[in-house]
Amino acid sequence: MSTMIATRDAYGQTLAELGEENKSIVVLDADLSGSTKTSVFAKKFPERFFNMGIAEANMVGTAAGLAAAGKIPFVSTFAIFAVGRAWEQVRQSVAYPKANVKIVATHGGVTVGEDGGSHQSVEDIAIMRAVPNMTVIVPADGPETAKAIRAAAAYNGPVYVRLGRNKVPTVFADDAPFAIGKGSQIVDGTDLTFVTTGLMTAQAKAAADILKAEGISARVVHLATIKPLDCEILLKAARETGAIVTAEEHSIVGGLGGAVAEFLSENCPAPLKRVGVHDRFGLSGKAEELLKYFGLMPADLAEAGREIVRKKRG
Amino acid sequence: MDSEKITVLQETARQLRVDIVKALHSSQSGHTGGSLSAIDMVTALYFHTMRHNPAEPKWEGRDRFVLCKGHAAPALYVALAHAGYFPKEDLMMLRRLGSHLQGHPDSKGTPGVEVCTGSLGQGLSMANGMALALRLDGSASRVYALLGDGELQEGQVWEAAMAAGHYKLDNLCALVDVNRLQIDGEVAKVMDVEPVTDKFRAFGWNVIDIDGHDMAAIVATLDQAASVKGKPTVIVARTVKGKGVSFFENKASYHGVPPSDEELPKALECLGEQCYL
Repeated sequence: MSTMIATRDAYGQTLAELGEENKSIVVLDADLSGSTKTSVFAKKFPERFFNMGIAEANMVGTAAGLAAAGKIPFVSTFAIFAVGRAWEQVRQSVAYPKANVKIVATHGGVTVGEDGGSHQSVEDIAIMRAVPNMTVIVPADGPETAKAIRAAAAYNGPVYVRLGRNKVPTVFADDAPFAIGKGSQIVDGTDLTFVTTGLMTAQAKAAADILKAEGISARVVHLATIKPLDCEILLKAARETGAIVTAEEHSIVGGLGGAVAEFLSENCPAPLKRVGVHDRFGLSGKAEELLKYFGLMPADLAEAGREIVRKKRG
Repeated sequence: MDSEKITVLQETARQLRVDIVKALHSSQSGHTGGSLSAIDMVTALYFHTMRHNPAEPKWEGRDRFVLCKGHAAPALYVALAHAGYFPKEDLMMLRRLGSHLQGHPDSKGTPGVEVCTGSLGQGLSMANGMALALRLDGSASRVYALLGDGELQEGQVWEAAMAAGHYKLDNLCALVDVNRLQIDGEVAKVMDVEPVTDKFRAFGWNVIDIDGHDMAAIVATLDQAASVKGKPTVIVARTVKGKGVSFFENKASYHGVPPSDEELPKALECLGEQCYL
């Protein structure tokens, strides 16, 4: 049984460590520091933590100003507010000037749970991916989050990192390599490839086990970075397995599935199926219930895998 | 400050007005009225108040300027060119493909431009961020932010005003170019922003109300702002849109309209300049 860590907890811990190592790091939050876990940094470095109140537009603009004066600001709130409320500030004040601002949004996707559709961001990956100069990262687990946060701090430019609320199974070893723009093949296979991001990677790993018992060999490729896309690993998967199932805790419009479909349809067309939220808003419920409701469980992925293999074989 | 220095600044402002008109005529696109209303303040900042070094635009000890009302970019560009950040000839390439002088300020291409502005309401937040960073570093540098009065209709301005008051940013000085006009007409009729002074005072600011074309008053007020401790200062400057060119003055229709071929010599004449076309 793998350990369970919430990516937001890994973020809070890593940010506090980075604060010790790099005095240029400053952190801004909009009254959600207890939830986003920036409170760990705030407690350790109160002079470098700025609570901006419930005013996300000003928070993002302030971060851009801090970056213009040489700081490395990490900005946190829920994904729905970071990307939704402050979208134009992210575009104009951060991405357009290529400001060195890290937007680390927690509570992405439907596993926000009981708070319901108003608080469940299912379109943030698509929105951030459409913005020029933006790098988009969705880590799979705690250890990968720690590495992604460190990589974001070391990278000079705007980065969007999407994290989750709940504890998720650990997929990667602490010493697994991580680089922005590089995908990871975590299970080898020949009949199809699951291309996944965030918590759906652990679900795909379980789906691959289900299919294996039926004699279907599924590869699992995890893309922590959705932009820039790891084209090489996708081409290899499409050529070698000839069938693709994408999976994300996000709308099937414009996110990981959209990115993979755009790239492969132009460069190596293969039967492809997108698993995700089908162009609709979320709703209240327990996280696990919602994953079932939206068809994001290993059994759903296994069924998508069977379907795509049938399609490939004609 | 002695009157001779004021006279020199007034002459600089006149020359900058001439270059604004010429640059806008050359591009046949851009914002005339709001550039001319703001230029006396921009002149005072770049040629009297701010510590800056055109030979080293990123000099650490510099004061920062944010043109929140980014559509008045010509006012910023002529000041930077006169100060020596880039050749004055560049001004004639305003808004053209391949020029670093974008329609609205772009820090990626133009030396001396600190941040990207143009989408109204975002500049003061960025100025706040700079002021916070400079204070963390123990720097003596100050931050100046120039807003429009129409811009005050943007909610983010008041989020930023609240934050500047909360964080007691006394190294920040905002200037509001109250030219009373916006694209659709009078600010008071489109969406009244008055009383501007009371609003900023309520947000914890030191507020000074002046004539935004009185060079002696601008200079004295900027000096005074630097000595105020524990709160940010806002200079509410009453101005005339299109100031200096009689037929542009107080006309909302010249908000985003450049001088035509026919208007150019007349405009330059208003500014005391010979025209050799």
